[in-house]
Amino acid sequence: MSSVATHPDHGAHAAAKPRGFLRRWVLTTSHKDIGTLYLLFSLAMFFIGGAMAMVIRAELFQPGMDFVDPYFFNQMTTVHGLVMVFGAVMPAFVGLANWMVPLQIGAPDMALPRMNNWSFWLLPAAFSMMLVTFFLPGGAPAAGWTMYPPLVLQTGMAFPFLIFAVHIAGISSIMGAINIIATILNLRAPGMGLLKMPLFVWTWLVTAFLLIAVIPVLAGAITMLLTDQYFGTSFFSAAGGGDPVLYQHIFWFFGHPEVYILILPAFGIVSTILPAFARKPLFGYTSMVYAVASIAFLSFIVWGHHMFTVGMPTAGTLFFMFATMLIAVPTGVKVFNWLATLWRGALTFETPMLFALAFVVLFTIGGLSGIMLAIAPVDFQYHDTYFVVAHFHYVLVSGSIFAIMAAVYFWLPKWTGVMYSERLGKLHFWTSVVAMNLVFFPQHFLGLAGMPRRIADYPVEFMEWNMVSSVGAFAYGAAQLIFVWTVIQCMRGRGKPAPAKPWEGAEGLEWTVPSPAPHHTFHEPPKVV
Amino acid sequence: MSNETHTPYYVPEASYWPIVGSFGLLGLGLGAAGYLQGLAWGMPVLLLGAAVTVVMTVGWFADVIRERAAGLYSPQMARSFRWGMIWFIFSEVMFFAAFFGALFYVRVFAVPWLGGEDPATSRFLWDGVVLSWPTAGPGFLDLDFTPMAAWGLPAVNTLILLTSGVTLAVAHHAMRHGRQGRVLVFLAATIVLGALFLGIQIYEYGHAWRDLGLRPDTGIYGALFYMLTGFHGLHVWIGVIMLAVMLVRVWAGHFTAGRHFGFEAAAWYWHFVDVVWLGLFLFVYVL
Ligand SMILES: [Cu+2]
Repeated sequence: MSSVATHPDHGAHAAAKPRGFLRRWVLTTSHKDIGTLYLLFSLAMFFIGGAMAMVIRAELFQPGMDFVDPYFFNQMTTVHGLVMVFGAVMPAFVGLANWMVPLQIGAPDMALPRMNNWSFWLLPAAFSMMLVTFFLPGGAPAAGWTMYPPLVLQTGMAFPFLIFAVHIAGISSIMGAINIIATILNLRAPGMGLLKMPLFVWTWLVTAFLLIAVIPVLAGAITMLLTDQYFGTSFFSAAGGGDPVLYQHIFWFFGHPEVYILILPAFGIVSTILPAFARKPLFGYTSMVYAVASIAFLSFIVWGHHMFTVGMPTAGTLFFMFATMLIAVPTGVKVFNWLATLWRGALTFETPMLFALAFVVLFTIGGLSGIMLAIAPVDFQYHDTYFVVAHFHYVLVSGSIFAIMAAVYFWLPKWTGVMYSERLGKLHFWTSVVAMNLVFFPQHFLGLAGMPRRIADYPVEFMEWNMVSSVGAFAYGAAQLIFVWTVIQCMRGRGKPAPAKPWEGAEGLEWTVPSPAPHHTFHEPPKVV
Repeated sequence: MSNETHTPYYVPEASYWPIVGSFGLLGLGLGAAGYLQGLAWGMPVLLLGAAVTVVMTVGWFADVIRERAAGLYSPQMARSFRWGMIWFIFSEVMFFAAFFGALFYVRVFAVPWLGGEDPATSRFLWDGVVLSWPTAGPGFLDLDFTPMAAWGLPAVNTLILLTSGVTLAVAHHAMRHGRQGRVLVFLAATIVLGALFLGIQIYEYGHAWRDLGLRPDTGIYGALFYMLTGFHGLHVWIGVIMLAVMLVRVWAGHFTAGRHFGFEAAAWYWHFVDVVWLGLFLFVYVL
């Protein structure tokens, strides 16, 4: 018991980065390196899931079966959803939290640095397991990312691989969330009270709570799928007294908070960036915090809006409808506060600001179509059409992903020590924003006209808007290559050296450390006044 | 947060355990999936993954214990562990909530709808059946099973588990007063009671399987019964292991009246498992 693997003189931390690939990236306990790993993993998944989207849009370019057979098409929509939700957007936000939460609260690292490493390195395990199913007999899962029984139980050999991949990704998310919540609650610099925390930290505190609350529920749901398939249980089979609708209730009890897991950190990012480039403090800080908290609370009692057409008692339908529409109130508070922050500000339009402004406009479109979908009688018409696809892509692409892009451009100088090319950044923004609207705005029309989602073929009258959508998709995909190039240039150190605080109006502890942020920061906590 | 006299927060150096753990869980997942699909490599990979995961768990905790003994942990670090354990237990609560939610949904909605409470509904779902809880469902009406009775061994088992909660609380109290002998006795008693509970559960499973005709495939009742008691039993098993490790650590003199978080975490976990059982006994056995 007396031999100690680590030096007992804990004050003497080497300031240098660990040498060697293995120690630096695989065995690391540094929140910055783990944050980088998360972000790079997310970028890779973004392109893998994006490639699947390209296949989907190529097939839907015109009516008829052109490139892939319908079964493979279903695999594409299913795995695209799973990869983008669990592999791209969630890890990107966790990566941003890893990098920025300790820097923003003046902490030396995450609260549990070794577990932080494990949270990340479970993700490659989970997604290699999920993606390897393409090479199994019967192919990848094809029952939709929601994995509804009884359809999902007809998945071929991929089925248990899917279940365990989601389990492992879930374990990663829960541990990541526990780490973030412990960091925020325990490692804030002296003087940083809860209501002095930057909003990105606040939104992540709430997000981490949501993750810990609902990922285990998803784990329970898919465990029941597994036992129904292999151990003869009847959770989702009416013959045994169970109910397939039960799965949908449990899944969406997870699923609705999950959409806030995918958007709350984006709120935090936008609330950080808009004040920086408007050169004004955020309007209504406290109301922002309360809005995030009430959105999180409401997210637990609205799951039924995904199930209006499945059938439930009228009282249930009404409850879920009104509870859902109630979310518009705190969300409206946030949008109002963002606009008020911009009001009479000294605005400049660097790339992070452009993405953040596009977020405010386009996310709001997604929010408004969400209110339309919340109205039960209207949803009977829209359910499972392209209107729903348009709605959640406005929230996820121009919402979550635009916020992630904004955050990357905003903090890239802090991470790499060089400024990205503003010219390329703006090119990336304008191509992305035009292409994104080309892809998804026409899908509103298609959905209202009755085009169902998750179908590889369609009647000829839907052709024109599908062509527009597909062209937009290819352009959007190509535009992201500009982003990759811009990031690679920064990672190679090509660019103007960045000062500690490259943005005139930016606030926060992260700008008090040099750029690039040294390997160890805030070994001694700063005083916050 | 309050670091008036600041002790640097301990950030461990590079560690092999996380990546070993990732390979362990990957092996467990891949192996289990392969095994369920009847592939020959499934079971070996599953066992390998399990072995790696066990080695990782032991090695990782051993590192933590060594670092603590070397005095690397500040009170702030201890608070991180506390928050970590609290939120971990909360995640476990939500995991069980999924199965309890399924139980309530089935009993309050699914079975009455399916079982003819309102003929206008059930006619479309499964015409002509009348069901009431506990049931194996309309497809298994000829199935002969007897639901678990509450007031035999299950009630005794409830008493055993509740008693173990009390003995653990006594041990915890003794720990806070530095009475190591008392801690050892009552902790050992807790472990014995926990093991006894598990033994009786295993006996009950045999009884249910052979004599009552109650199996996981006995419709929704069998499914919920085995899922809830099975995961609870697994947690009791993990809890017993945790307490046994703590017994060794108490005996080795790792803990003081003021510093014994490992023990405390195991105790929290045990009380959580206790409370889950109360819900289980009430909603699965009694009502
Ligand atoms: Cu929802």
